[in-house]
Amino acid sequence: MPETLRKIVVENSDVISKNWLDDITEKRESDYTSTISDSLYHTTNQEFINVIFSSINQRRDTGDMDDFAERLINLGWPLSYITDGLQTFRRVTIDFILSQSDQVDTEEFSRIFNIVEDWVEPIINQLVKQYSGSWEHTVSLQRMALQELSAPLIPVMDNITVMPLIGTIDTERAKLIMENLLEGVIKHNSEVVLIDITGVPVVDTMVAHHIIQAAEAVRLIGATCILVGIRPEIAQTIVNLGIDLSKFPTKSSLRKGFKTALKLTNREIVDLNNFKEEDITTTIDSLK
Amino acid sequence: MITKSSVQIRKEWDIVGARQMGRNLAKELGFGTVDQARITTAISELARNIYLYADKGKVAYEKIEDMNKKGLRIVASDQGPGIHDLSKVMEDGFSTSGGLGAGLPGVKRLMDCFDIVSEPGMGTTITTIKWVR
Repeated sequence: MPETLRKIVVENSDVISKNWLDDITEKRESDYTSTISDSLYHTTNQEFINVIFSSINQRRDTGDMDDFAERLINLGWPLSYITDGLQTFRRVTIDFILSQSDQVDTEEFSRIFNIVEDWVEPIINQLVKQYSGSWEHTVSLQRMALQELSAPLIPVMDNITVMPLIGTIDTERAKLIMENLLEGVIKHNSEVVLIDITGVPVVDTMVAHHIIQAAEAVRLIGATCILVGIRPEIAQTIVNLGIDLSKFPTKSSLRKGFKTALKLTNREIVDLNNFKEEDITTTIDSLK
Repeated sequence: MITKSSVQIRKEWDIVGARQMGRNLAKELGFGTVDQARITTAISELARNIYLYADKGKVAYEKIEDMNKKGLRIVASDQGPGIHDLSKVMEDGFSTSGGLGAGLPGVKRLMDCFDIVSEPGMGTTITTIKWVR
């Protein structure tokens, strides 16, 4: 029986494809794919139905399906295009088979349904698996990229390092910040570390707690930590929360923090132009 | 008029989703930047409490738009272990997780209204409101 059905379907593939294409196109009206050009949409549909038929024909999985799915993924087509397409295909096929047979009782109907289901199911499974595989891959890549951006430590000068923090700080990142900070302080032999939180959107008790711990750990290994980039609204929420940040110096901007850092390491910035002029005037004065 | 929406808290990153939603609603209601930061921080605390102590729960938002005043109501609820001593958790510096212990009293100070209902073994519901000034 399955073989005869298969034969019927394959022999009438033209009619089924046509019905399917009509259905799919009708569905498209109010659809996500409306931004896709007509010609691309039609060629893809054509290809899709061919792939479905070739898979039914050969029973076993083929490279065609993989290639097709991969192209769709690369083009960024939604998964719902594939699931909708296959569901429509199932309906159209069952309708067609039923219309070919004269009388159908419940048993016959469920049998036909099961057989068609057996064709469509593995295709759906395979495509969904491929799609989700590609998503998982993307997510893991992004996670890695995020981790790389996580907590860089920049030695801007002898003994002075800056750690700019950007984005949300979660438990994992907090751990990374602490590790990088301590490692970096030792490696660069820093006396002062500036932690810049300009790019941190929310400072809640958990973030504050991690920063306090990091600063305390930096103090233990003999360096000073300055918290910079505290925006006015963040300052107010910190006060509302009742968080005590008085154990280490804080500054509103990196610039001010850097000046403090210079002072702490007994250095200052000197404007060379002014210095030269003064120098020259004193020389001239001394000549007189 | 009341508009409702909610965010489920199951993973740590849901906290970010919850406060993003709160920030957007606060922006729509016309809160200033400082109040936006307060609301976002309060949501962050509430959502983190759910994540830390109850594993899962939800944060619901209601835009309150009356004739004479506008505001945002935030309801954080969970079916977690509940809180045994309510007066204790409202004290500054009390924490069972080694944190700063500023969370709940902090939220109370950040928001205009604060109400907490908790039954040991049944879960906790915290309702807070911030009015637009």
